[in-house]
Amino acid sequence: MIVAEQKPLAEIRALVGDAKRVLVVGCGTCVTVCFAGGAKEAGVLGSLLRMGAQLDGNVKDVSEVTVQRQCEREYLDGIREQVEQADAVLSLGCGIGVQAIAEQFPNAIVVPGLNTSFLGKPAAHGEWVERCAACGNCLLGVTGGICPIARCAKQLLNGPCGGSSKGKCEVGTGDSKPDCAWQLIYDKLKAQDRLHLITEVAPPKDWRTSRDGGPRRIVREDLKLPSTGGQK
Amino acid sequence: MTAIDAPVVDTAADGLNIVAFCCHYCAYAAADMAGSLRMQYPQSVKVVKLPCTGKLDVQLILDAFEHGADGVMIAGCMEGDCHYQQGNLNAKRRAAYSQDLLRSIGLEAERVRMFNMSSAMANRWAAAVTEMDETVQKLGPSPLRRGRKAAAEE
Repeated sequence: MIVAEQKPLAEIRALVGDAKRVLVVGCGTCVTVCFAGGAKEAGVLGSLLRMGAQLDGNVKDVSEVTVQRQCEREYLDGIREQVEQADAVLSLGCGIGVQAIAEQFPNAIVVPGLNTSFLGKPAAHGEWVERCAACGNCLLGVTGGICPIARCAKQLLNGPCGGSSKGKCEVGTGDSKPDCAWQLIYDKLKAQDRLHLITEVAPPKDWRTSRDGGPRRIVREDLKLPSTGGQK
Repeated sequence: MTAIDAPVVDTAADGLNIVAFCCHYCAYAAADMAGSLRMQYPQSVKVVKLPCTGKLDVQLILDAFEHGADGVMIAGCMEGDCHYQQGNLNAKRRAAYSQDLLRSIGLEAERVRMFNMSSAMANRWAAAVTEMDETVQKLGPSPLRRGRKAAAEE
């Protein structure tokens, strides 16, 4: 899932600025699961914005609404009226949600309430870890299900660097030191008796499937509807 | 929301409003016993019964302040004695988080406080309410109430 965290309240308040009518839009998918921008977080932030403004001697009309997925236009159609009535829309979606609202409602002033952090999973309650870098060319089949792109600080493809010590990476300090991804890969493949998968030297990675070519796009002709031209 | 509205709105305009979120298994019973024993404690406190303080949500605390509370106390079981194992410990962390949130908008963190007691501690209940009342008396009415009053007069 997409993992995000809320921006500091002072930054959010500065982004909202003098807007009188503010619509806080939560998202019911990834950011709900990571407790950053779901209905509950939208409610708490709405309360804080109202009370903060009141304490500063202002009045803000702050309302909250949460859609199932901010990144899909069908769900955003349902909040059109509320968006059009607002002076500012504070999106608690990931960066995709913010842009989806801004694209669908060109006249709306849309500001982000979250910092979109990474693609990851919960490690424990209240803790999330990165697991995918969306490189566009998955290697997990030969690395024992452990990603050297997302989990190795240097994104190495042929084993660990000299900074690997006792199973830990040289980046970070103390408990924040991440595991060496290549140590994990080696241990996993050894346990599965599949070390042959990493004995051959991997060629340089083709990064054209990653961010190097600008924003990426996938087109599935079999799924497109004749009536929709798609996005440019 | 109605659970929060009622205790706050019922209070006289000049008095202090302290909303006490009480666990059914301890503080609520302790308050009941304090009443049966005719113990005296400040009338500023308005009790909201929760099945466990683990039910406490940050939004509930903020709602209380938004609707006119001057202080919020959370009264749960003694640590290690929660009927649901760790609801009171969850409440403790949420109370601390709420204090940070209040501080971030310029409201005193002392307006939120967690207390622990057993159902047999009627004395502790009366003392906790008195303590909270004194704290809030020193801080004065919530500045948010002035805003509400002004908005109502407009």
